[in-house]
Amino acid sequence: MADRGGTGSGGGGGQGALETAKKSRKPKYSRFSQQELPACKPILTPGWVITTFISIGVVFIPIGLASLFASQRVTEIVYQYDSDCIPPEFSDDSVEFIKSDKTNKTCTRTITVPKQMKSPIYVYYQLNNFYQNHRRYVKSRDDKQLWRKEDETSSQECKPEDFTANGQPIVPCGLIAWSLFNDTYKFRVNDKVLEVNKKNIAWSSDRDHKFGSDVYPKNFQSGTLIGGGKLNSSIPLNQQEDLIVWMRPAALPTFRKLYGKIETDLEANDKINIVIENNYNTYSFGGKKKLVLSTTSWMGGKNDFLGLAYLTVGGLCLFLAISFILVYVLKPRPLGDPSYLSWNRNAAGILN
Amino acid sequence: MDLNPPIESESYRSFSSRRSISSHHSKLSVSNSIGEVTIAEIGSKKVRRGSRGEGDSEGFNLSQKEISDEDARLVYINDPGRTNQRFEYARNSIRTAKYSFITFLPRNLFEQFHRVAYIYFLVIAILNQLPQLAVFGRGASILPLAFVLLVTAVKDAYEDYRRHRSDRIENNRLALVMVDGEFRHKKWKDIEVGEIIRVRVNGTLPCDMVLLSTSDPTGVAYVQTINLDGESNLKTRYAKQETLSKVPENMASGLIKCEKPNRNIYGFHANMEIDGKRLSLGASNIILRGCELKNTAWAVGVAVYAGQETKVMLNSSGSPSKRSKLEKRMNVEIILLSFFLIALCTIVSVFAAIWLRRHRDKLDTLPYYRRKDYSEDAVENYKYYGWGWEIFFTFLMSVIVFQIMIPISLYISMELVRVGQAFFMIRDRGMYDEASNSRFQCRALNINEDLGQIKYVFSDKTGTLTENKMEFRSASIWGVDYSGGNADLQSEQVAHGVEADGKTFRPKNIVRTDPELLRIARGGRESEQGKHVYDFFLALASCNTIVPFVVDTEDPCVKLVDYQGESPDEQALAYAAAAYGFMLIERTSGHIVVDVQGEKQRFNVLGLHEFDSDRKRMSVILGFPDKSRKVFVKGADTTMFAVIDRSSNNNVLQETEGHLHSYSSMGLRTLVVGLRELNNSEFEKWLFAFEVASTALMGRAALLRKVASRIESNLCIIGASAIEDKLQLGVPESIESLRMADIKVWVLTGDKQETAISIGYSSKLLTSRMTQIIINSNSKGSCRKSLEDAIIMAKKLSGSTVSPNMEESSGAVTSPVGLIIDGTSLVYILDSELEEQLFQLSSHCSVVLCCRVAPLQKAGIVALVKKRTSDMTLAIGDGANDVSMIQCADVGIGISGQEGRQAVMASDFAMGQFRFLVPLLLVHGHWNYQRMGYMILYNFYRNAVFVLILFWYVLYTCFTLTTAINEWSSVLYSIIYTSVPTIVVGILDKDLGMRNLLEHPQLYGAGHRKEVYNAKLFWLTMIDTVWQSAVAFFIPLLAYQKSAIDGPSIGNLWTLAAVILVNLHLAMDVVRWTWITHTAIWGSIIATFFCVIVIDAIPILPGYWAIFHAARTWAFWLCLLAIIVAAFAPRLVVKFFHQYYFPSDIQIAREAEKYGWLRDHGIVEIEMNPILEPPGR
Repeated sequence: MADRGGTGSGGGGGQGALETAKKSRKPKYSRFSQQELPACKPILTPGWVITTFISIGVVFIPIGLASLFASQRVTEIVYQYDSDCIPPEFSDDSVEFIKSDKTNKTCTRTITVPKQMKSPIYVYYQLNNFYQNHRRYVKSRDDKQLWRKEDETSSQECKPEDFTANGQPIVPCGLIAWSLFNDTYKFRVNDKVLEVNKKNIAWSSDRDHKFGSDVYPKNFQSGTLIGGGKLNSSIPLNQQEDLIVWMRPAALPTFRKLYGKIETDLEANDKINIVIENNYNTYSFGGKKKLVLSTTSWMGGKNDFLGLAYLTVGGLCLFLAISFILVYVLKPRPLGDPSYLSWNRNAAGILN
Repeated sequence: MDLNPPIESESYRSFSSRRSISSHHSKLSVSNSIGEVTIAEIGSKKVRRGSRGEGDSEGFNLSQKEISDEDARLVYINDPGRTNQRFEYARNSIRTAKYSFITFLPRNLFEQFHRVAYIYFLVIAILNQLPQLAVFGRGASILPLAFVLLVTAVKDAYEDYRRHRSDRIENNRLALVMVDGEFRHKKWKDIEVGEIIRVRVNGTLPCDMVLLSTSDPTGVAYVQTINLDGESNLKTRYAKQETLSKVPENMASGLIKCEKPNRNIYGFHANMEIDGKRLSLGASNIILRGCELKNTAWAVGVAVYAGQETKVMLNSSGSPSKRSKLEKRMNVEIILLSFFLIALCTIVSVFAAIWLRRHRDKLDTLPYYRRKDYSEDAVENYKYYGWGWEIFFTFLMSVIVFQIMIPISLYISMELVRVGQAFFMIRDRGMYDEASNSRFQCRALNINEDLGQIKYVFSDKTGTLTENKMEFRSASIWGVDYSGGNADLQSEQVAHGVEADGKTFRPKNIVRTDPELLRIARGGRESEQGKHVYDFFLALASCNTIVPFVVDTEDPCVKLVDYQGESPDEQALAYAAAAYGFMLIERTSGHIVVDVQGEKQRFNVLGLHEFDSDRKRMSVILGFPDKSRKVFVKGADTTMFAVIDRSSNNNVLQETEGHLHSYSSMGLRTLVVGLRELNNSEFEKWLFAFEVASTALMGRAALLRKVASRIESNLCIIGASAIEDKLQLGVPESIESLRMADIKVWVLTGDKQETAISIGYSSKLLTSRMTQIIINSNSKGSCRKSLEDAIIMAKKLSGSTVSPNMEESSGAVTSPVGLIIDGTSLVYILDSELEEQLFQLSSHCSVVLCCRVAPLQKAGIVALVKKRTSDMTLAIGDGANDVSMIQCADVGIGISGQEGRQAVMASDFAMGQFRFLVPLLLVHGHWNYQRMGYMILYNFYRNAVFVLILFWYVLYTCFTLTTAINEWSSVLYSIIYTSVPTIVVGILDKDLGMRNLLEHPQLYGAGHRKEVYNAKLFWLTMIDTVWQSAVAFFIPLLAYQKSAIDGPSIGNLWTLAAVILVNLHLAMDVVRWTWITHTAIWGSIIATFFCVIVIDAIPILPGYWAIFHAARTWAFWLCLLAIIVAAFAPRLVVKFFHQYYFPSDIQIAREAEKYGWLRDHGIVEIEMNPILEPPGR
């Protein structure tokens, strides 16, 4: 073993063993690798919990009151006209009435303004039971075609409203466009025409980046089955605001869509004369149509739910805070008391 | 082990082949003394447990078995052409790389798809490609799978590239190969079976080869097998005498018939036909690839296995794969979740069916359905396949939409978390062993969390509890006890250096000497006692298989003598003999040189009977310079007293027996030494018998044993030696901690009962308060009876306290029971109906000590417990004899210690010291369990919340599986929005600090009680999930009722609500907020906002700009706030209430960690068991 050198490294020997003996493999110290990073260790103490609940209560109740108040201040006129606007002779066959070209679909009604309505007053149509979120429906559109003239034939998803019977591409294609809502409303107050501003009812982002300024309707609503409104083929899509609004599919089966804005105030007890062109067929599937005139608040339209929800949650939190305080006072437990440890509990019992 | 009987070559041959039989036994055994008696056979699996001595004869039979031609590999020496004629044997090039350029893609994908999770992903993605079922866009549906596959593939490719590189280096190394009668350089990869190869000193062997000749005239070669099994001591290999003298060129006539390649590195069976003679070859004749040639100038051998077929390559398998208990439990819940998923899908499809039925008349023209395509001439159904199909498709589509109900990403997260946890375990400086310079090793990556639920620890003793560094402590010579050893070490050591040729030889290890004994030893053989001391130390110096090596030091005049041997006990004895002036300096073939008090004496070694586990002794026959012959025998007392002549020196015998008893009750390992003078006729008789036996073809081992037993008889006792195996640092404290953690510690040892009990006391395993039940039976009947009695007694003693974790603390009332059982009794118990009784008995005992246990019995005991309880078992050991137990237990831990690395190779985790078990289990195990348990529950919750939000919406869309949430958001939800925080928390969160966990081991009970993950928690979480998802869904729904809200806007609200809820939910449960946790959680929420904005900034998507419109309104933010508060309120209330009024131990400890322990004194009093000094020390 003369060749093993004077290292005296025990049974090891060999070059590898010598090298490793010199190089310690002791892990380097770092706070990270030793899991000693500085940390804060929050604990759910009674103080924390009670404070949290009280502050939630304190914040929520005013918010709830404010939004409830805002919602109450909104004046809303809802008028359901789908059955009203069917002449009595068609009352048993409303579908026939709405499909026919020959019937007079104009329908005039008068409603009274209950409270003063400050402008702008938003005019919505509300449809019930219309599943704009149905999978077949939602997918039946082609965003490329709407934006670029060159992509007018790329309408894969649009079936069955993609091409006409003779193979011409339909622009805009798809079920959504095909079923465009086409009732119209005209308002007169005190025999004066109440102008409805239909400009800027769609999102400007949609007008500027989704619907092309050089894309014009083509072969639209030319099939045998008419789904809804027609489009003026000389107006580019980005100016067809009703279409743009309609093409933003609603989230829920009951939805409103903006029809226009009235930019004059309405006084209480004003009589509004409404002329409705009742064209849109919701009768075939039992959908309802409503006309909605509504003012707005910082919270949006008239909806008490959020206000009530905030009041309930805030109230509950206050109640919980108070009951925690009571329980805490009646039956406190010192934090970190080792006599509560499982291995001490019984032993203590025996000793007692 | 490396000495030739100075007879002729014939007996040398037989000697070396006998060596082949016993080689792997002695390697496995710790020692040839009273240490662990081992007979395990690594390669062949024996089923029977508890039998002894069988391995020997079995191995023997195998080696002698005629290797049938079909099973044989024929190697023509120096004729590779003929060798490879019939079968093309593997060349020597190796491939550890898995893939090549061409096979990478298919093979890697194939391997990746072995995971069920990926298949699920794939099936869903494929389903989604069918036009009828296209829920998501193509890109969106494939992205997650592609991402995961890509990341894994890149990782695999990189690893494989590195393997390719190392393969190339390895294959292009050069070796000297005989070509056309001379040795030429040849690349390793070109070596063929049958070629003759020459290896120089310190060279690495290129393939497995049978030794033909070496530089040593007797054909000895020393190899180091550190690359193979990690053992650093030198091993001796032999060339056959017949081939030694031949020049390699003339060997063409040789034929080796050997077994097919196999992975047993300790066995080799072959025959060699040379010059018409047939020789048998064994494991000592083969040197394996990866070994290094040491201390031998050159060696020549013939390649028999090459390349992939070498034993080292066949052994390079991965670490064992196990499933953690938590994961098994989790799989049950996954099945529950899939039922849940099926239920959701069924609900959707049933409602869809009802809806279709009710609207069947209107479907053709319904504006949002339009079944008929009127644009064609022939009016056809459009995307409608009939009622039944539609329902079926709806079902499949809902599976696609709700797919993440099964948290597939959880499997990937779990793997990442385990890697992180392993990183911290490996890097823990508390688990680094200075002595062996070894870090903690995680060999199995998927059972980290099991470490937090261990209930039973099975520990080996030697090398695990003790250091396995043997130290000579006491000697009893001719009835006199010499136990004083407190002299100054340094001065003594210098004193017994030996001068020769102007150089000082000095033993490498220093031994404490008894001055009185030293004086007598120096005094020479004149006195009566001096003669016995002479015999005693000569026996210690000669009766072993130690090889002395002389090592240089810085001082050229001083040389160190280093004793290399396979048994630490023998080393200790040889060093002790050296310290008393009997220094073994040289051991060559046939003789040894012992420096006796400065005077070199040469003894002929006439014969040597190696240790075997049946005889439990070894003997050597020495020829003295004065032509007398003596046989020296050394062995365990049980077998030695049987062969000692009791007729004379009875008082010496009795004295020695008394000393032995006191030594072993101090926990020392004892050996008895005896001798007998041989007269000529006895020697001749022996020589004849020995020759006959060693040339026998059948039953050679048995014959040799018989020869040995005949000569080892009527011995005259000289004395006994006592070796101390020191306890490792911190063992008593560790055992105390484990016991307080309510972990049952079983010690399984090969030591005898007294030694085991005394170690039990010194390691605090046994305390004096404990009642010991000892079971020592030697028949099945008596075994049953003592077990039955013991159960009754144990029941009485452990009292009626049922609560398992009260055993320790209620010690004031009842006394804990320690069970001591020996191997003989276990023979009758294991594999019989008594197992059940033993298990019952052990469940009443806090400690079980099994002594005289054979390796396979160890596994049997582990299996006994594992079979009968769902509690987790852990086995810890360091030697080859612990391998079976380590593999059997749920968690196997190897100590990388003195005994080689087989235990480490078989283990799941490896570490340097026993005491690291405490931080491993109590700290890391606890953390891992807490983290993993929470992570699984959280992931179930996280995915279910999202799925339920989708589900609620489906109820408002005619059950057509429209998602308001953007499809990209659905995909990114489990990839970006919510994945990082759970992984970070799974790696980093700590419920309690390390100090606290170590100080209060009882906190480990959380894992036993399954506190973080159980069925109750699962259902609670699921209820909470339903509530949270309902709040998140219905608040926006009601708030935006009858409004102009569009789908994408409200979808964004739901997305954000879900992500914020899920991340805040995690935040509520995080215990330790480090900056990383903060970054991950808040970063995820910010990233979600960012992604939602980016997605909504793509004009081509229908939801273009929706988030900007929505976020401008107050209602949006008020909804979000209301959702968060309403969703968490119940959870917060329940959590607080539970923590405050039903606090878990963890909770209290956490509070205490923050606010300080109240009544700190009280707790110490209650907690600590009085630790009493064991008697007898």
